[in-house]
Amino acid sequence: MDTESTYSGYSYYSSHSKKSHRQGERNRERHKSPRNKDGRGSEKSVTIQAPTGEPLLGNESTRTEEVQDDNWGETTTAITGTSEHSISQEDIARISKDMEDSVGLDCKRYLGLTVASVLGLLVFLTPVAFILLPPILWRDELEPCGTICEGLFISVAFKLLILLIGTWALFFRKQRADVPRVFVFRALLLVLIFLFVVSYWLFYGVRILDSRDRNYQGIVQYAVSLVDALLFIHYLAIVLLELRQLQPMFTLQVVRSTDGESRFYSLGHLSIQRAALVVLENYYKDFTIYNPNLLTASKFRAAKHMAGLKVYNVDGPSNNATGQSRAMIAAAARRRDSSHNELYYEEAEHERRVKKRRARLVVAVEEAFIHIQRLQAEEQQKAPGEVMDPREAAQAIFPSMARALQKYLRATRQQHYHSMESILQHLAFCITNSMTPKAFLERYLSAGPTLQYDKERWLSTQWRLVSDEAVTNGLRDGIVFVLKCLDFSLVVNVKKIPFIVLSEEFIDPKSHKFVLRLQSETSV
Amino acid sequence: MSYIPGQPVTAVVQRVEIHKLRQGENLILGFSIGGGIDQDPSQNPFSEDKTDKGIYVTRVSEGGPAEIAGLQIGDKIMQVNGWDMTMVTHDQARKRLTKRSEEVVRLLVTRQSLQKAVQRSMLS
Repeated sequence: MDTESTYSGYSYYSSHSKKSHRQGERNRERHKSPRNKDGRGSEKSVTIQAPTGEPLLGNESTRTEEVQDDNWGETTTAITGTSEHSISQEDIARISKDMEDSVGLDCKRYLGLTVASVLGLLVFLTPVAFILLPPILWRDELEPCGTICEGLFISVAFKLLILLIGTWALFFRKQRADVPRVFVFRALLLVLIFLFVVSYWLFYGVRILDSRDRNYQGIVQYAVSLVDALLFIHYLAIVLLELRQLQPMFTLQVVRSTDGESRFYSLGHLSIQRAALVVLENYYKDFTIYNPNLLTASKFRAAKHMAGLKVYNVDGPSNNATGQSRAMIAAAARRRDSSHNELYYEEAEHERRVKKRRARLVVAVEEAFIHIQRLQAEEQQKAPGEVMDPREAAQAIFPSMARALQKYLRATRQQHYHSMESILQHLAFCITNSMTPKAFLERYLSAGPTLQYDKERWLSTQWRLVSDEAVTNGLRDGIVFVLKCLDFSLVVNVKKIPFIVLSEEFIDPKSHKFVLRLQSETSV
Repeated sequence: MSYIPGQPVTAVVQRVEIHKLRQGENLILGFSIGGGIDQDPSQNPFSEDKTDKGIYVTRVSEGGPAEIAGLQIGDKIMQVNGWDMTMVTHDQARKRLTKRSEEVVRLLVTRQSLQKAVQRSMLS
């Protein structure tokens, strides 16, 4: 008899009956209890011994093992561990975040900034130096240069001013993220500027300073040409860094690994790391907040489905691990259990419960809001009751809806995202802006994006980019990269926007003509 | 009952003689017609060929003169008192049937079952 999938169930049943006959009256009581458990409900659990190579005809010790093993489905860490794991991971995330904030590993970030600003300063002062050095060093030998030079001075001054404003607008923006690798285009531009300025200085040093050129107008024009070239480099920088990626070329599909929520974003030619940045910035506002409590149910179900199965090795000890696991999977698939039934009824029941609590909540909130009335300015002196500011008004009506709200949040497993303080604040906010009860409730009835909640609830802002291509490569059709954080990951799939062939068709407005087609019936 | 333009139309027809009934001032025949060269032939539920623009009987009232004479629903009227009805407008057809001076109309009607009956009798 083979130990493969198809016959394992049958082999159990035959061996089980053999065992029961051979064990005799001694074990009848103990023998009855697992039998009862087997017979109950939908779980025809095939609880047989672990494949430890023990002989088929077991003795008392194996029987007791079977009694204990009957419950192993409920006590393994694979099932109960999930809730504990998520809480402890939360703590770990918080601790690690605090640690990293305090240490300040920002050297890499500031290095780039300092290099760029030093280079910028150097570049900015170069034309000024070109113009000022000759009069300082050899004023007596210079030819006088009248209005032309002064005109050139004015143009240099204004061009430098424009360059300064442009550079400030383009480059000196607060860096919004920490990326793993250097931006290729920025590095290239810095290198280009550096080489450019160095070559100008070389030329200046050799041809002008050494030989003490007298033609001051030529020198000033040289400086003007430098400033013009710098302006053109600035234009190049704008095109490379900003304009090139505006036209959308790729569509990114972002799927969250835990619950399959997906979004699509359109991007132009970007490197993978910049595309990852765009995805993350949009993640916080588009995706609903990650709720680990909603995920545990499916794992529990799946584990229970496989829980009752064990592989029974008939031919003696063998290490065929893949064969055993395949046998288990096939047997689990063949089992006609009614877990789908359970799921259906459980979900229907949950739906009903949530809808009922929601109805109670909506009614409670509406009744609470009726009591609040906004005082007009002129009525404020002769108010009938006590005059309150929004916070006090919120505190006054909160108790009447607190219980219904708490129960609803528990039913939808959102209760740890909303503290009482945050609810009171939101209530005061809604009262101040004269919102309806429905507007107040919208935040609690459906899960919102991550940005809507307090920062402590976000669970993590540290992301890791996993990609099998270099992250400074440009996007291409078919690239898949993953953004991982502690609790879940976002799988990003890049697709190219197809080439669209658009053609024109002209329809003369006078060609729209219609005719009635009837089938009339006349009685004669 | 499809026709080829230019060729004579051949069909197996049945003679139906209807005696009009006087109701007050009107003479009624007891059926309704549909079709005509100015109508939409594709909406005709009784025609075999949906481009056939002939006049069809769409309703026969119970116990009326037409039913007594043997007219059936779905019949195509080919002639009325010698006047052709295969290429007329709806209104012309109505007029030819409801002439006040005539008390009896003799129709030539055709239907699919007639054609089949003739074929069967020819084969046997």
